[in-house]
Amino acid sequence: MLRNSRTERLVALVLVAPFLAIYLLAFVYPTVQMFRISFTDAPLIGAGQWVGLDNYLRLDNDPMFRRAVWNTAYFVLMTVVPGTFIALLIALGVSRLKGRFQSIVLALFFLPYILPVSVVYLIWDWTLNFQFGIAMHVLDWLGIPRVPVFKSRVWFLPAVAGVTIWWTAGFSILLFLAGLRSIPAEIYEAAALDNSTRWTTFRRITWPLLWPITSLVFTIQLILQLKIFDQVYLFSIGGRPNDNMVLVYYVFQKAFQQNQGGRAAAVAVTLFVLVVVVSVLQFQLLRFAERRRR
Amino acid sequence: MNAVAAQRWNFWGGIITALTLVWAILWAFPLYWGVISSLKPDDEVVRPYIELWPETPTLENYVSALTTTQIGAWYVNSVAVAVGVTVITIFISMLCGYAISQLRFPGRIALWWLILASFMVPTSALIINHFVLVANLGLLNSWAGIMLPQLIHPVIIIVYKQFFDQVPKDFREAAVMDNASEFGILFKIYMPMNWGVTTALSIVCFIWTWNAFLWPFLSVTRTEMMTITVGITQVNDAFGVYYARQLSAAVLAGLPVALAYLFFQRRVTEAITLSAGIKG
Repeated sequence: MLRNSRTERLVALVLVAPFLAIYLLAFVYPTVQMFRISFTDAPLIGAGQWVGLDNYLRLDNDPMFRRAVWNTAYFVLMTVVPGTFIALLIALGVSRLKGRFQSIVLALFFLPYILPVSVVYLIWDWTLNFQFGIAMHVLDWLGIPRVPVFKSRVWFLPAVAGVTIWWTAGFSILLFLAGLRSIPAEIYEAAALDNSTRWTTFRRITWPLLWPITSLVFTIQLILQLKIFDQVYLFSIGGRPNDNMVLVYYVFQKAFQQNQGGRAAAVAVTLFVLVVVVSVLQFQLLRFAERRRR
Repeated sequence: MNAVAAQRWNFWGGIITALTLVWAILWAFPLYWGVISSLKPDDEVVRPYIELWPETPTLENYVSALTTTQIGAWYVNSVAVAVGVTVITIFISMLCGYAISQLRFPGRIALWWLILASFMVPTSALIINHFVLVANLGLLNSWAGIMLPQLIHPVIIIVYKQFFDQVPKDFREAAVMDNASEFGILFKIYMPMNWGVTTALSIVCFIWTWNAFLWPFLSVTRTEMMTITVGITQVNDAFGVYYARQLSAAVLAGLPVALAYLFFQRRVTEAITLSAGIKG
């Protein structure tokens, strides 16, 4: 057995090595570097002088950074809460359907999620086009004045949030459906025997038993939407990116458009810490939920 | 339950089903509208009223998208990158998942925690240093450069580990008795037992990579090296105000993943639920 455990170690090393090499190169190293250059005045490419906490202290008085934080928070609020709620409603509707019919209806709700963000952008840019968009015809018909949605300061983020909900709901719907399926049918049969109303059944059975999934969907969405960039960038083309500034966009702007790698890294570290804190909370929440289930 | 209550129950049930159906159709309508608009000639697209079907359906927008842009090259780039990332990621993740699940070696627990912890790291915060790294390696504007930061999907390792954990220990012990090599055990016993997971994970890995935007957008500046997801948004000038042509390019970009989903619906949903359930 002794000889065996030595070969076992050797084999393990060979099997783990390819992943570990890529992981260290493309993940650990960039993470360490991000922290390091956030304390320097480095440009995007090239070395810089050590400036201590200067990059972080500047953020405190940086109106654009504040706007980015505020807009990100606003966007998260507008996507995560309504998005989770809408996905739950859809999942409840879809879960009542049977067989082939169910998978067709599910596919209609799920298809947007499978598409690239740029396709989603082109479709909605066209649908909401100020001159020719079909949504504007509907507004005309309802007697509401047209809105240049993606050129408007007020409507930009809510509209992008709406498109994002449409795009990502499919994922949450799937998780909710899996959760609904795991609730035993006998519980519902017992409730029906007790003449329980639809609302009571939902409130007393479905909602509490679905709670672990709801919190999972909620936190996954939260982490995802904190990292918003693609949609904001795309819908801002030809518009006003500075008004719609969000955190990742600010990292992009500082690093790639203003060539300030160090300052951009400070913003990236802030985002990094934010996401890690939320993830740890999520992990704790799930562990708690799991313990309660047992 | 008395008869009246049962009837009311069914009545409301019918209403809810009908609402769900209407909602589903409205939900998917923008997709339909995008496809239909791409099949209309230029003058029909901009008509000031709603036409749910083109009067004279045409493929001219597709022809023009294919001939006036570099969409062909973008397609090749997207296929190369997505296939490359999928094959490499699945392969290295399977090896690593197998080692963590079945072999005992020093650092095993530490590695497992490292993989779990990397879930928390937002890769979009790493764009600056990914760019520096790939630039220093001289890989900007290349397939390898687009692929490198996308090769890490901890979730795939975790799913593999969990599936390998479920294989009864007897199989491995019997094979060891027969003097089978470790690689033989992995490729002849464990892999064939988990073909289902491998296909499911491969399909979603392909879809994720095909759809990736931020990194391919940053690492490529030359038009002919763009992936299709980035390409179709970067050449608005080439189209002018020809919305239909832009939409036909969008349809071409979305088609492969939409088809992959429709053909492998069950596998895709399975893999996505798996990857999420474990993210917790």
